[in-house]
Amino acid sequence: MGTEATSQKGFMGWLNKRLPVTQFYKDHLSEYYAPKNFNFWYFFGSLALLVLVNQILTGIWLTMHYKPDAGQAFGMVEYIMRDVPWGWLIRYLHTTGASAFFVVVYFHMFRGLLYGSYKNPRELVWVFGMIIYLALMAEAFMGYVLPWGNMSYWGAKVITQLFGAVPFVGDALVEWVRGDYLISDATLNRFFALHVVALPLAIVALVVLHIAALHTVGSNNPEGVDIKKHKDENGKPLDGIPFHPYYTVKDIFGVGCFLLVFLFIVFVKPDFGGLFLEHDNYVPANPAVTPALIKPVWYFTPFYAMLRAVPDLQLGALVMLLAIVVLFFLPWIDRSPVKSIRYRRWPYKVALGGFALSFIALGWLGMQAATETYKLMAQLFTVYYFGYFIWLFFYSGNEKYHEVPERIEH
Amino acid sequence: MTENVNKSRRNLLLSTGAVGVVGAGFAAVPFIKSWLPSERAKAAGGPVKADISKVEPGQMLNVLWRGQPVFIVNRTDEQLAVLPSLNDRLKDPESASAIEPDYVKNINRSIKDNLFVVVGICTHLGCSPKFYPDLVPQQFDSEWKGGFFCPCHSSRFDISGRVFAGSPASRNLDVPPYMFLDDNTIVIGVDGENA
Repeated sequence: MGTEATSQKGFMGWLNKRLPVTQFYKDHLSEYYAPKNFNFWYFFGSLALLVLVNQILTGIWLTMHYKPDAGQAFGMVEYIMRDVPWGWLIRYLHTTGASAFFVVVYFHMFRGLLYGSYKNPRELVWVFGMIIYLALMAEAFMGYVLPWGNMSYWGAKVITQLFGAVPFVGDALVEWVRGDYLISDATLNRFFALHVVALPLAIVALVVLHIAALHTVGSNNPEGVDIKKHKDENGKPLDGIPFHPYYTVKDIFGVGCFLLVFLFIVFVKPDFGGLFLEHDNYVPANPAVTPALIKPVWYFTPFYAMLRAVPDLQLGALVMLLAIVVLFFLPWIDRSPVKSIRYRRWPYKVALGGFALSFIALGWLGMQAATETYKLMAQLFTVYYFGYFIWLFFYSGNEKYHEVPERIEH
Repeated sequence: MTENVNKSRRNLLLSTGAVGVVGAGFAAVPFIKSWLPSERAKAAGGPVKADISKVEPGQMLNVLWRGQPVFIVNRTDEQLAVLPSLNDRLKDPESASAIEPDYVKNINRSIKDNLFVVVGICTHLGCSPKFYPDLVPQQFDSEWKGGFFCPCHSSRFDISGRVFAGSPASRNLDVPPYMFLDDNTIVIGVDGENA
């Protein structure tokens, strides 16, 4: 008995005449045909969704015990950790979740680079993804300010000061963002509103658009082959399998593996040696004392290293901004018709490997105190980071590549 | 299709849309302006007074104005004497791009030669620089002639708050508006012109 019959009768029939629930389920799960060759790298999209749900759920619970008040915020976090039943678990799920979000998203983005998932016809999927990444950065930064530790305070100060780099209106803009002449209660309150209401709404809407755009054009795959070219007599792709049950089951396996690592960190090493929760943030905010080494949380350090590498505030801020903006244009910078790295030749493989390494190296440098040697290294890696895109634009315009198969052959 | 367009209705539609956009622009104003410092924040950012009679030469007084440290330094003659010799090593020796009131536009960047008033916030990313008044070589500068050093990103400033070349900061330290009520009392945040 097909769903065709049951979906028109009884309760489901009544419902479907008013809201196409069955059709929606078919379009996005049971009859959404995904390529049959998804590998390890394809776990991270569903994991990002899992972490998003974790952040929203634990976040709602945290707001039940927290007060966005400069005089009380630090104490409220201590209260959650010590007095609220299970508060420690909910908070550690949220703080570890923040870092896990970026781990998963960086893997997810690198998957896109490996298999050319940003290319025609998936440019919009990539652009929506990049906007999510930007919103996520704002969300993470503002969340980091809420515990009102000393690193929260000075981190907020340094980041909002970046608006001062805007020509002419910079200083007025900084005051407008802070709502005061300094980082104060007003700043904390608006960051709370943005972190808890505005940005989560935006992120959820963007995720819907990201997936809707993906499901319109269909998923890419490690071969970079378009599965819609070869369909059977029913119009189903020959190399496609329904997302449910095949990939729901695969993703549940991924979730299991992810949770093993994630929960191990939550229970055993929630501060992750000062990477996920920084030691300086166990001290209350103090406007009179600057921490010896101001550094953002690890997921921002690649860009922070670029900011410090330039001996001029305005230029440094511009470089940092460009490092993110350039990613938006990747679908048009990479002009090669071949999607997957499997069918591109060694120059691309070496250059992309170097790009990944330079990003990691910048991330490490952004955590270190700025010595002359490190500064020089950061400058070199920044040049490589931007050089990669310039090189790619010219190289991919007339690239030699291996022959891409018509279908997925294994 | 296009032949059947009623031009006057289409124009009405477009002008209605345009008026709507303008209206939405006006409606956005209160939401944007509500982010500006509140009246309470403005009141808390009022001027502060300080007694400078006990600041000996070579010493520094740190007062809070608008929540940010303001350094009041009583400079020695020796510290003042080296200032012109540093010009070659500075990014902006004339303080052309500095944020400061007009009445401190001189080599000492002050009203009274010896008494230097400056916002103790690094113009790079807002850390508070440390005071290194002595004219002795330092770890971060072997030719140190006294001044301020920011521990965050190693910006160096001379004793007039002018930034040395090679520092990440681009602008000299800001000088706030200030005035003297009498020989021993200084007011920060207000000056004779605006009082």
